[in-house]
Parts: sequence; structure tokens; C-alpha cells
Amino acid sequence: MSDVGEKASPAEETEREAAPAQPMAASGRFRVDIRLASLLGVLVVLCAVGYFLKPDSFLSESNVSSMLRLAAAIGVVSVGMTFVIIAAGIDLSVGSMVALASVWMTTYATQEMGMFVMVLCALAVGLGAGLVNGVLIAYGRVVPFIATLAMYASARGLAERLSNRETQTVSVTSYNEFFRGDILGIPVLIWMLAVVFAIGWVVLNRTTFGRRTFAIGGNAEAARLAGINVKLHTALVYGIAGLCCGIAAIMVVARTTSGSSTNGMFYELDAIAAVVIGGTLLSGGRGTLIGTLIGVLIFTVVNSIFTQNNLQTDVQNIAKGVIIIVAVLLQYGTTRNRKT
Amino acid sequence: MKEPVNEPGEVLLTMSGIVKTFPGVRALDGVDLEVRAGEVHCLLGQNGAGKSTLIKVLSGAHQPDEGEIRWLDRPARFSSPDAALRIGVATMYQELDLVEGLSVAENIFLGHEPHTLGFARRGLMRARARELMRRLGHPEIPPGREVGLLSAAGQQLVSMARALAHDARLIIMDEPTAALAADEVDNLFRVVADLTAEGVAVVYISHRLEEIRRIGHRVTVLKDGRTVGTNLAADTPTSELVNLMSGRQVETVFPHREANTTDVTDEVLAVEGLTRAGEFSDVSFTVRAGEIVGIAGLVGAGRSEVLETVFGARRADAGTVTVNGRRLRNGSVTAAVAAGVGLAPEERKSQALLLDQAVASNVILASLPAFSRGGFSDLAREYRVSREMLERLDLRPPDPRREVRTFSGGNQQKVVVARWLVRECTLLLLDEPTRGVDVGARAELYGLIHELAASGVAVVLVSSEVPEVLGLSDRVLVMREGRLLTEAPANELTEAAVLDMVMEGSEVVL
Ligand SMILES: Nc1ncnc2c1ncn2[C@@H]1O[C@H](COP(=O)(O)OP(=O)(O)OP(=O)(O)O)[C@@H](O)[C@H]1O
Ligand SMILES: [Mg+2]
Repeated sequence: MSDVGEKASPAEETEREAAPAQPMAASGRFRVDIRLASLLGVLVVLCAVGYFLKPDSFLSESNVSSMLRLAAAIGVVSVGMTFVIIAAGIDLSVGSMVALASVWMTTYATQEMGMFVMVLCALAVGLGAGLVNGVLIAYGRVVPFIATLAMYASARGLAERLSNRETQTVSVTSYNEFFRGDILGIPVLIWMLAVVFAIGWVVLNRTTFGRRTFAIGGNAEAARLAGINVKLHTALVYGIAGLCCGIAAIMVVARTTSGSSTNGMFYELDAIAAVVIGGTLLSGGRGTLIGTLIGVLIFTVVNSIFTQNNLQTDVQNIAKGVIIIVAVLLQYGTTRNRKT
Repeated sequence: MKEPVNEPGEVLLTMSGIVKTFPGVRALDGVDLEVRAGEVHCLLGQNGAGKSTLIKVLSGAHQPDEGEIRWLDRPARFSSPDAALRIGVATMYQELDLVEGLSVAENIFLGHEPHTLGFARRGLMRARARELMRRLGHPEIPPGREVGLLSAAGQQLVSMARALAHDARLIIMDEPTAALAADEVDNLFRVVADLTAEGVAVVYISHRLEEIRRIGHRVTVLKDGRTVGTNLAADTPTSELVNLMSGRQVETVFPHREANTTDVTDEVLAVEGLTRAGEFSDVSFTVRAGEIVGIAGLVGAGRSEVLETVFGARRADAGTVTVNGRRLRNGSVTAAVAAGVGLAPEERKSQALLLDQAVASNVILASLPAFSRGGFSDLAREYRVSREMLERLDLRPPDPRREVRTFSGGNQQKVVVARWLVRECTLLLLDEPTRGVDVGARAELYGLIHELAASGVAVVLVSSEVPEVLGLSDRVLVMREGRLLTEAPANELTEAAVLDMVMEGSEVVL
């Protein structure tokens, strides 16, 4: 036996104490506020730009409502993504899971059983696919990137198979009426986003489940040695992401009145971008849902500006890329200034 | 012996009026320091006094807000760690700063690899690394071994070797012995003596006053970011030093302890034939309710490994662990925690702390269900309980909302221990609980451990400091090279006898 014993559990944190210090935590709230304030600033500026370009229509009720309805599905997906990223994971399969759930809930067989079964089906498919991810990652020790990359490919493949690549129109009128309708003058889709967001916020910030998510992302070994069942928890976090995709599928199907294997294309990119813009660290352990929501809204506003002004998608994509960098730099700048 | 690197006795470094503020804290508030060639200059001060911050200013990791630094009587600026190294200041930080995925040799020469035309000279690197490890008394650590696989003490040695590799004129050591056992400390002190004989100056930080007596020449005392004693002789009486550091009298003696009166049948922990290949074998012992059992041994004797295996963080190859009459599932921390076992691990940064999160979140991490109602956290109670516990442990500043990262090393250690003190365990495993904790807070911690035992908690304590093991425990187990050598009541053992056993393995007749 060597004089200096081997260590079984590789330590993760080697970061030096001498690294530039984080800003004080006593002002933790304050710091979050500054970050969020700069994000909100970006959002306000974008709205102002939209308004100046189209003063009569941009902030009109109908445009705001349509922007929010477009934001709703991606917003719900981003809530799940925030959980995953805070737990130091990543989920590349969200778009494919949305596609799969949307196809499965709109097959003839499912539609025949009515709206209630359709909804349940979407939720079950999303949750199930998410749990498959989670179990592979937590118990099978597959790296999140790879496990969800596999799901990214196979879930969409399965969706294509189920639908024969055909768009399945929803003929259940109760479904269309309810999900395309309003409650108290506000579209149901927006309500759904609000509810998912509120529940997500409470779970993340006010429950032991949320605390454990932060702990696992911050230092998985420390969490394990504190008695937290890291594997089970990780699996559940991916389950949540999947469930959010199921909910998003319901929303996409309602908006387009159809299920299709091409639904949810690039949702993974948009969701990850929104989460990162929102100030959640890709390395885990830190993040806020409010930031994510603002991130989603920023993208929606950009989209709307471009469609209203009939600009091409190529320009739009370039602008998106620039906005990601600007938003991240801006936050980095505000925290950096407070450091030394 | 080599040519002296410095003129012996010449003033190498003077720092005066150094001020460094962090948001909300004035970590250094006018500090003076003078270091001469060939001396071991000790820095003393309570946790959070500003010692590590001062040496980070010196090593170029932090820039001071005010104050003057003179090197060899000329104004100098240590604008980055690299600049400091080029001037001749090498630093061993309190927190290990190694890259775990790289080998021992690569870590030692990180950033200044010997090279020809940009190609690293790997052979030379390895040879020099081997030479350095030999000088540190550990020729058995291969230069090619991945650093992440070494124990805490092994990593400490690598970090030491890295400081030595620079041929520096001033070497700073921030609590190098906190994780080391007696023989390692002797090795280190031999190296320090060689260095000073060559004229190298050493700035040495430690909370162990006896070490300062052994190798120190002069002492500077810090308190709340100010110098309260400069260039004192190393043999200044303890009471005077402690008084300077804390502004009060601290008795460092171990609190008196009522004899353990619990019923002999109250066996909380029974370990039977526990074995892990290459780490330890056939370890058996029991701990009763209200009893404190200390495990003494050298680093590498397998003490931490035994604790972690009992806790389920490592899977045993053979043997059983029984807590309160129920066998624990092998390799399951969740089962152990559910059975009321707690472990304060050895490596605070990698194994225990959520550095980016508030102190309170760290303290309650192991007791989340107890601090929630129906799954919802009770934040107000979290803050209140953490604050109470941390005020007792003298956390500075006692603010449960601050991020752990912004606390000094010793204060972070208090957070680790506090986590298991707020959880009501029936069996508490403490691995080096006082690592880096200052004298005053240490006494408080001892008191708390005794209180716990008095309330019926069984405690197993691993510590590299033999006096701590003897002073705190009822019964002491001595381990060497993965085996349990002896078991005896603490009051029948002396420090010399234990040291003798752990080192030579000669079974001392008691
Ligand atoms: N990066 C930082 N951000 C904010 N505050 C800091 C930071 N680093 C240190 N501090 C504060 O500066 C003070 C001095 O800390 P320092 O680490 O120098 O103490 P120390 O004397 O080395 O203590 P110990 O004996 O525990 O190692 C403490 O109050 C600490 O909380
Ligand atoms: Mg320190």
C-alpha cells in the first residue's frame, strides 16, 4: 500500500481561492437584481426598437398576445431546461420530445378517446422520455450530452414513424375550443405558461427538491456525502424536463391544431440560449427562473420585430447570435465590475 | 550546499500599510510585514484575520488598494502570480490549487514546463519531479500518477513540490500542515530548515503554536486585518500571543469531561472485519452511545477510508457495519444517513461545501427534511438555526446569507462541522474537524463535541494531531498501514507512546 492512500472519490473543486472573488453574498439579492435589471434593460430596449419601427402595431394588444402565445411553448420547455442546467446537466432532446408527444397525442387512436386522454398521453410521453434520459444518465452513467443526443435522434425518429411524416390534424373540437380559447380575456396558452412558471419557481426556490437541485449542481460529491440521493434526484430532474416538453406539446398542438414530427425543431437551442441569457451557469449550481423567462421574452420580441418588418430568417438568426453574446457579456460586465 | 540565494539577514521584503477591501469587508486594514533572508517568519491570527489575504497580495493573486511593497529595498509591484514568481516569490496556497486530471509532474511544472523550442521535455520534468518528491520524503509517489487519485496529504505534498520547483527566494506556506500528520510535518520542517540555511526566506502560517516554536524565527500577529504585533521573537509566551490574536484569554486545554456512564450494552456502532483492498483490512471496533472514540495514525494509514466506508461513501469488499443493531447496506450513504450517521469529511472544498451558495444552505444541507414543512423550506428557521450554531463556533462574520466562498479557510471549516452539528445524528464521524480552525474556535468546537457525547451521541474522531485525539476521546484506536494496531482508553496513552506506535509500529507495552 502506498504511503499516501489513493482516493476513490475524485475531488471536483480545484479552483483556487485566489481566483477573483465572487461578489459578496450578503448583497446576493442585490447582485441578482443587477443582473436581472440589465436583462430587463435589454428587453425594454428591444421593445422600444420594435415600437419605433412599427409604432401602431408593435405594442398593440393583438401583437403582444400573439408574441406571448408564441413564447409560451418554448417558455415551458425552458423552465424544465433551467432545472436540468442548474443540476449541472444538459438536455439536447427537448425539441424531439415535444415532437414525439405532439404526434402521439394526435394519432387517430388517441384522438378518438377524447381531449382528456390526449392531454394525459402528451404528459405521459414527455415524462416517460425524460425519465429514460434521467435513468440513463443517473444510473447508467451515460454523460448527459450523449444520452440526450441519443434521445434527440431517436425520439424524432419515433415521431416520424408514428405519423408517417404526415401532419395529423386535431379534430377534437373540445380540445381546440379549450386550448385556443381565453380565460378572463387572456389566452389559455399564456395561462399555462404562467402556471408552469409559477410552480417551477416555487419548486426551485421554496422546496427541498429545489435546494437539492442547486446542491447537486453546485457540488455533487458534497450533496452525496450530505445524504442526498443524487441518482434518484438527477433522474427526476430529467423527468421534469420531459414533463415540460409534454406540456409544451399540448400547447404547440393547440396553436397549430395539428401534431407533426417537425414540431419543436431547434427548441433545444432556443431553450438553452434563453436559460444561459437568463444568467444560469452552464456549470450548474446557480441560476434563476426569472432570468430564463426574460431570456425567452427577449427572443420572442426579436422574432416579432423581424416578422413585423418582413426581414429574412438569416438576418434574424445572425441577430439572435449577437443578442446571446451581448446579453451574456452585459451580465458578466455587471458582476465583474463589482469584483476587485 | 548551494550558494546562498540571498545575503543572510538582509531585509528581503517590506510591506507597509497594506489595505485590501472586498465588497462589504475590509480584509486588510493597514498591515505591516518585514521578512529577512534566511528566516522563517510566522503569521499568526484568528480565522478571518487576513493572513491568507495578505499572502495573496504578496503572491500577486490580489492587488492591494493601498500600501507599499518593497523588495530588496526597491518599490515593487506584484501585478500577477506570474510576476511574483519571476521576482522570486513562490506560494503554497491554503486551498489546494492543483489540476486533478494532470499528473504529479505536470502539476509541479504547470506554467513553467522545461522545454526546448516549445516542446515539453517530459523526461527532464519527470526526473526533476522525482527528485523533488524524494526531497520531501516521498519517493514512492510516481511523477506520472494522476493528482486526483492522491489523498489530501499527497496533494499537499505536490503543492509543496511545486513551490520548491521555482528556486524561489521567498516561499510562502499557508497552513501547509493542516492536513499533515506528525511524520509529514517533520519532513516539511527538514525541508524548511534546508531552505533557510540556503538563505531562502519562508513566510509560514499555522494555527499550531508549537510548530511556530519549533521552526519560527520571528512572528507577526494579525487581528481583524491589522498588525497587532510585529517581529516578535518566536518564543514569546503563548498567553501573550493568544492575547494579541484574540484580545482575550483562551484556555486551549481540553474541557474536562465527566466519565462516561452509559450502559455498556448501548452499542451504537459495530464494525466487523471491514476490508477494502489496498486501503485497509479486517478493521473491527465498536462505539457506544455517548462515547468518543479517536483514531490515531499517519496519513495513509487508512483512517479516512475507514470512516468513509462506514458511512457508505466507499463500498466495502468485506465486513459489516451495524448501527443501532441494524446492518447498513454496503456502499449506500443514503442508508447511513437514514440510520442517523453523519460524516464531516476531510476535504472541505471537494467533499463538503457548496462554495457559491449561502452559509445557511450549506449548514442545513444534510437536514433538509427537518427544515421544511411538506417539502417547503422554512427559510427563516434555516437562518436562525445556522446563525445560532455559527455564533457558537465564532464564524466571522456570522452572516448566514453570505456565500461560503467569501469566508476564510478556517471559517469554511466551521461551516462543514456545523452541518452535522445541526442534524441530530446518533453516530457522528468527524474527519479532521479542526483543520485550519484557530485556537479559540477550536476550544468551542471541543466543548460542542463533548456536549453531543454527553447527550448520548456516539462520536468517532480522526485527527492528525495526537494531543487532540488523546485529549478529546474516551478510547483511542491506533491504525498503521491499513490495520488496527491497538485499542486503549485515552488516559492510559501518552503522546509519545502513540507516535511511537503509528511510526515504528512497535507495540508499546502499556
Ligand atoms: N474573496 C473574498 N470576498 C469577500 N471577502 C473575503 C474574500 N476573501 C476573504 N474575505 C474576507 O476577508 C477576511 C480575511 O480572510 P483571510 O482568508 O485572509 O483570513 P485568514 O486569516 O487566512 O483566516 P484562516 O485562518 O481561517 O485561514 C475574512 O473576513 C474573509 O471573510
Ligand atoms: Mg487563511
